[in-house]
Amino acid sequence: MTHTFPEEVLEHVFSFLNTQHDRNTVSLVCKSWYEMERWCRKRVFIGNCYAVNPRVLIQRFPEVKSIELKGKPHFADFNLVPEGWGGYVYDWIVEMVRVYPMLEEIKLKRMVVSDECLEMIGKGFKYFRVLSLVSCDGFSTDGLAAIAANCRNLRVLDLRECEVEDLSGYWMSHFPDSFTSLECLNMACLNSEVSFSALERLVARSPNLKILRLNRAVPLEKLSTLLQLAPQLVEFGTGAYSADVSTDVYSSLVAAFSGCKDLKDLSGFWDVVPAYLPAFYSVCSRLTCLNLSYATIKCPDLTKIVSQCHNLQRLLVLDYIEDTGLNSVALTCKDLRELRVFPSDPFVADPNVLLTEEGLVSVSKGCPKLQSVLYFCRQMSNSALISIAQNRPNLTCFRLCILEPRAPDYLTFEPLDVGFGSIVENCKDLKRLSMSGLLTDRVFEYIGTHAKKLDMLSIAFAGDSDLGLHYVLSGCESLRKLEIRDCPFGDKALLANASKLETMRSLWMSSCNVSFGACKLLGQKMPDLNVEVIDERENLYSISESDPVEKLYIYRTVAGERSDMPNFVRTMGKDDMYNLS
Amino acid sequence: MSLETSNITSEPPSTTINVNNEIFIDLNDTELTLGLPGESRKLEAKRKFPDVFVLKLGRNDQHDMTECSVVTKSSPSKEQIVGWPPVKCYRKNTTINDCKYVKVAVDGAPYLRKLDLQLYTCYQQLLCAFEHLFSSCFTIRNILNETKLMDPANGTVYVTTYEDKDGDWMLVGDVPWKMFVESCKRIRLMKNSETIDGSDLLKKF
Repeated sequence: MTHTFPEEVLEHVFSFLNTQHDRNTVSLVCKSWYEMERWCRKRVFIGNCYAVNPRVLIQRFPEVKSIELKGKPHFADFNLVPEGWGGYVYDWIVEMVRVYPMLEEIKLKRMVVSDECLEMIGKGFKYFRVLSLVSCDGFSTDGLAAIAANCRNLRVLDLRECEVEDLSGYWMSHFPDSFTSLECLNMACLNSEVSFSALERLVARSPNLKILRLNRAVPLEKLSTLLQLAPQLVEFGTGAYSADVSTDVYSSLVAAFSGCKDLKDLSGFWDVVPAYLPAFYSVCSRLTCLNLSYATIKCPDLTKIVSQCHNLQRLLVLDYIEDTGLNSVALTCKDLRELRVFPSDPFVADPNVLLTEEGLVSVSKGCPKLQSVLYFCRQMSNSALISIAQNRPNLTCFRLCILEPRAPDYLTFEPLDVGFGSIVENCKDLKRLSMSGLLTDRVFEYIGTHAKKLDMLSIAFAGDSDLGLHYVLSGCESLRKLEIRDCPFGDKALLANASKLETMRSLWMSSCNVSFGACKLLGQKMPDLNVEVIDERENLYSISESDPVEKLYIYRTVAGERSDMPNFVRTMGKDDMYNLS
Repeated sequence: MSLETSNITSEPPSTTINVNNEIFIDLNDTELTLGLPGESRKLEAKRKFPDVFVLKLGRNDQHDMTECSVVTKSSPSKEQIVGWPPVKCYRKNTTINDCKYVKVAVDGAPYLRKLDLQLYTCYQQLLCAFEHLFSSCFTIRNILNETKLMDPANGTVYVTTYEDKDGDWMLVGDVPWKMFVESCKRIRLMKNSETIDGSDLLKKF
């Protein structure tokens, strides 16, 4: 059949498909559409860098302009993935410099990026525009200097939550005077002080700068200077929000903030001196996103702020906000979509603030658009969870962390199975769930039965037996990411649901009961899975079959066993034919 | 000013371990207090004292003669589980505590210093901090089962006092650490001219 749309028409039609998902779908229609689509795909997203390799990428997509890669498993954020596990972007950069000289964007999450990589990016891509590094490590400010010095057309330098070796703040001075294209600069995670005059001049010559997030080292006294140079800012992060109280500094700050008519997003606020808080009140009513999760200010000040933020959609805050502050949020922030409450003192058992389950119930009642919750607290009850579920059936992301592992319903001392069960039953579009507290196999039965849209599930210190894991793996049709720690799940459920694992991106299990032998079997039976055993305690070639493994990371891949494993990681079932011992 | 072994304790408690010129003293045995000499004090359960206090002896280091490395439990109530609660590393590292800077005056010192009390979790760490700040004035000594701040040149003992919220001058060490941090407005180390001789100490009280 040869009479089909001319290629140009198809290409034009495909150009309206922007999501990875849609493009993947059309490429499955037929061979010619697959070919057509792969030649015109410009943006590629790879959720697990080890699921493919650079060669596979390049073979399929020859015209890539933007690439997004994710490396380490999510639990790496909490120190559960040992240093040296992997996630190196080096080989990708080498290949892409060779094959994609027109590459414009690189976005990386949880990857190890060396200074050499940054230098290769700076020198290898003439039209490079966007560098976004989230939760990455392995580089220093020297690498940033290489980016600054070489990327003539840079628009975005977005460093979020990275661990950067801070050699000096001098990197910023490497942006040439002719460089004027900056639109976004996020340096909040850097420690060292940059030259303020270099920063000032950079901001002054960047008329398109819309996002500026400073680091803690930029003093409050200098903020008004910057804001006056960039009144067009839409997103702004302060440095340390403290200075000796001075009416001059205060009034300049007030004037500078009110001059920013487009400002919608504020963050920063380290070391807050409360006297300076009113300086930004004039922006509150326009704010759609406010991140006070580093601000050590107490409830009355917090309440005063949120009660002016009528248009707030995203709020990140410490538990200093307490239940009373959250009541204020419930009354004022009727457009709230996302709430994140972080613990101010996570390692102390006794509550240091008056934040309980009540605050969350209150927000769930008062904020009809609330979809996404991340909440740390010290007590929870089934009745509260049921209220939340019934108030907010539109929740898509519910992450609850009760600080004490295995904490029961504080009113009835029962497990929280029914409460979480209510969440998955009522919130039919729930895509992400993190659970905590005392949970038996029953909660997993509820999840397997109801959580049909669930994409990502995080479990800790929960369950009684393999049945729990079995319910999840057999019931959750949309599940792609599962991460489990300290649960009594073993071999049976895993082996019985082996084929499910091929439909998922990854499974992480640490401090569970999966035996070395089962891992070997799984690796042998499932050639498209990498079954990585991570164990720092033992020699991986001398563990006995019945011993439980320390950590297990299973992911589907077309790239086979990876070649950059350290000695504490072994891919099971692949090398057994060559294993002579 | 270097610490001489003979001045530490004449009879080390049974839990003293001598390793590479470092003497480990179990503080619970020595009943560390900051009280007046001769008074017997009970260790209150609420106090958080370190389990081991290390005195580095006979070092060549001129700058840090009495390096205080205090080993403390990181959590007051229980052992920490790796990766729990799931708070990202960079959030843990940002100091969440408020600063609480107080002036510290030492009798005879030409100028005052300032200390952030939030940096410490117990009285012993505070003593070490004083020692660092005013190293020319005094050093920490163990005398008759009590740890004191003393000028070895003339035997002067310093008594740590603080002004509380009510404006009263109190003896440091009576109340639990957190309560002290909250009520302390300023600190004064007062000279209490005494000799090391135990009999003199007993005579006074």
